[in-house]
Amino acid sequence: MNPTAASNGELTARAPAKSGERVDRIFHLVTAASAWLVLLLLGGVAVSMAIGGRLAFETFGWRFVTGMDWDVVGAKFGALVPIYGTLVTSAIALIIAVPVSIGIALFLTDIAPRWSRGPIAIAIELLAAVPSIIYGMWGLFILAPFMAANVEPWLTEHLGDWAIIGPLFQGPPIGIGMLTAGIVLGIMVIPFISSVARDVFSAVPPALRESAVALGSTRWEILSRVTLPYTRSAIIGAVFLGLGRALGETMAVTFVLGNAHELSASLLMPSNSIAAAIANEFTEADTELYRSSLIALGFLLFIVTFIVLTIAKLLLLRINRQLGRTS
Amino acid sequence: MAIPARRRVADVLAFAFASFATLFGLFWLAWILWTTFVQGAAALTPTLFTQMTPPPGASGGLLNAFYGSAVMILLGLLIGAPLGVAAGTYLAEHGRYSRVAAIVSFVNDILLSAPSIVIGLFVYEIVVRTQGHFSGFAGAIALAIILLPIVVRTTEEALRLVPDQMREAGFSLGLPRWRVTSRIIYKAALSAILTGILLGAARIAGETAPLLFTALNNQFWSANLNAALANVPVVIFQYAMSPYDEWHTLAWAGAFVLTIFVLGLNLLVRLLARRGMRK
Repeated sequence: MNPTAASNGELTARAPAKSGERVDRIFHLVTAASAWLVLLLLGGVAVSMAIGGRLAFETFGWRFVTGMDWDVVGAKFGALVPIYGTLVTSAIALIIAVPVSIGIALFLTDIAPRWSRGPIAIAIELLAAVPSIIYGMWGLFILAPFMAANVEPWLTEHLGDWAIIGPLFQGPPIGIGMLTAGIVLGIMVIPFISSVARDVFSAVPPALRESAVALGSTRWEILSRVTLPYTRSAIIGAVFLGLGRALGETMAVTFVLGNAHELSASLLMPSNSIAAAIANEFTEADTELYRSSLIALGFLLFIVTFIVLTIAKLLLLRINRQLGRTS
Repeated sequence: MAIPARRRVADVLAFAFASFATLFGLFWLAWILWTTFVQGAAALTPTLFTQMTPPPGASGGLLNAFYGSAVMILLGLLIGAPLGVAAGTYLAEHGRYSRVAAIVSFVNDILLSAPSIVIGLFVYEIVVRTQGHFSGFAGAIALAIILLPIVVRTTEEALRLVPDQMREAGFSLGLPRWRVTSRIIYKAALSAILTGILLGAARIAGETAPLLFTALNNQFWSANLNAALANVPVVIFQYAMSPYDEWHTLAWAGAFVLTIFVLGLNLLVRLLARRGMRK
């Protein structure tokens, strides 16, 4: 026998069936158990939040969601202000991020010179890699003072008197508030939406686009009448994915939202969000009811993001099936 | 036939908007990095890596925080990465086409985007409350839970890219399934799996929210994993939110090092992965 046969021996020789089968079963069990662990974790998070928050839900009932008081001394907890702040900042984030992300996806699939697409795409994706605490510090020390000095006075002066949206832009320009938080969130979710959008844009069958070109469409008409309608469900899925991220983002928002428990119409005023309230107050929560209320907030946040992300995933699955992809 | 002016203008406007949007995105990245580098470079001192976090008004460094972060990231990797690779293997290999695998794959993506602060609360309820005190160990578990879905996803994708012919070749030699997986499939997908683990490491290095109620913080040197452990993100958070200038400076220095580490690891891994693909 030549020497190579020896090293091939273990490949060619048939392993003893019995012991091989046993190891196979163990291997299967270990991998299956790890997969089940993922399921268990998600279930465990939901259950432990529900148990931890039970005291608050039992004590306050629906008033936990509709109540506006967050009174630590009087032991009264209503989460309307953080819920409102979470929704408003996420809405601002999406208003900024959705058009920008679609623009970026369009730029990267259609406009940019081919050599520059890779580097630009990586740069945009780096926005997602920057730790959220860095966004927070930058927001607190750089963006907030900039907003207070330049943007917010202008908004108050020019939009503050308008009929319906006026009240949104009134108040002292302090920089810390829902508008600043929404802008930071918007920047943070851009990479998540744009990378999905770019992915599906480039997966549109060339025949569709070429047909549109043959009919004399301009590039804008290809986007608005062929690409976007064709990828609509995936784009909506991407938006929900961004929404899920924005709702749950903690550190960046905690820095620039101001931890205020008063409800105010103005976007320039400090507010609170579910995640920021938990981050700010949990280690200070000294009563069982206080802690339970914060965990109940975590439960609400978890359920809402779970629903939003499930919708996102379902919409994205649909386009993948449409494009004949499996995962 | 010339295109009517209105359609041409719409076309130009749309493309100007797309270019502007890209500049808009890059602008924020540049601004954030510029700020971090300028402020951070000014705050760098040799004592940053040799001294402990100081009380207000004193000078000091972040040595204990760097140490705590390194330990928790490594421990998080040790716990999370093997579990993630195993679960990813089940999804792509052993449990392929099974209903459980489909559900886990779906749920994994949700866990991937789930709010990290809720993970922190979860570990607080499960570990910190049972133990009765904050600990670096709890922090590492929280980081492992953040890491797990990242590794599961990248492992599953990496294994799915391995062509079925390789599996069939293995089976036709009479190899048991586990040998095909461990000797052939893992080998083929190794660099992609490692890429996922390293990207996951970069991600958990910057995570703050899950550490707030698990590892908490510790102003002094401590190597005890069973007690509150200092770590870079939480120190940055506490120092940046404080009213003291010395603490702000240290927070910027920490932010600088953290950003270099996270972005550097990201770029390095992407570069290596790309080179591997070309091969």
